[in-house]
Amino acid sequence: MHDVLKVNVLENIHTENDHIAEHVNEDMSRLGILVLNVMGAPGIGKTTTLKQVIKKIKGLKTYVIEGDIESNIDTVDLREMGIETFQINTFGACHLDAPLIHNAVGNMNFNEKGVLFIENIGNLVCPAEFSIGEHLRMLIVSVTDGSDKPYKYPLAFQKADIIILNKIDLMPYVDFDEAFFMAGVRGQNKAVPVFKVSGKTGEGYDAVAKWIEAQAVK
Amino acid sequence: MHEFPITQQIIKIAEKHALEAGASRVIKVKLVVGDYSGFIGDSIQMYFDVISQGTLCEKATIEIRRIKPKLKCENCGKLFERVIFSFACPECGGEGLPTEIGKEFYVDTIEVEQ
Repeated sequence: MHDVLKVNVLENIHTENDHIAEHVNEDMSRLGILVLNVMGAPGIGKTTTLKQVIKKIKGLKTYVIEGDIESNIDTVDLREMGIETFQINTFGACHLDAPLIHNAVGNMNFNEKGVLFIENIGNLVCPAEFSIGEHLRMLIVSVTDGSDKPYKYPLAFQKADIIILNKIDLMPYVDFDEAFFMAGVRGQNKAVPVFKVSGKTGEGYDAVAKWIEAQAVK
Repeated sequence: MHEFPITQQIIKIAEKHALEAGASRVIKVKLVVGDYSGFIGDSIQMYFDVISQGTLCEKATIEIRRIKPKLKCENCGKLFERVIFSFACPECGGEGLPTEIGKEFYVDTIEVEQ
């Protein structure tokens, strides 16, 4: 009979991922790049938001890492706009993690100070759980999702530094209870700014661009 | 799906501590998992059984202690579990703010054979 020994471990399972995330964060800070982790459900308007906001950002170079399960449709679009874009395909994985981003930024050329948008996999759950070296987390939601999302996906709302409420041009056609939505947001996150936009018309993105410019110079 | 890379980390952590303790085999891995961590115990055990083959953790069992998320009332300071669609404190009706309770995700202890 072998002796059984109990060993105290008390080690966070995210330690390795978080360690790499810190590295990425430090490297990007040194290069003068503000990193935004862009999260939201599929079809919410993440790429549309990037296209709209990048057009309006002044005085800063913009870079994009596109995370998708498959395809490079968005990357082709963004490159046509002249934006330096790197594609990550996860082939099934539901979120980006720090090692993937570490590899991606190593393959990009950050020759000017600016802003790096990392478009996470379309998903309101897992991306909120993994640090990828970002400075700020941008959460995109829309009026067509229903106003109960802050109550159903609390972590994403708790961790957001900026919330974009998209598709406000569709407000007359859907039953979106804005007061209920905002009560849910404030219950999780007292101070987060919420910007109302329309990816279709471009309305509201001037203010988003100004907010990002202000963060970049901090 | 995302339990796979996480389970690899769990095995790595358990093996490291087992080797440090001079153990020949890991019998049990105890995890503490908050409900807001987003990880499912059954999935972790399933991946664990496959990935642990050929490691010190082969045939070890996983035991999970789950933690319910709690809010802290900004009025009276009470910690409480929220009911759906509400953040109100059951004592005074004040507003509950998110806390770190319920986000735990760590290897607590391992049991090993020497």
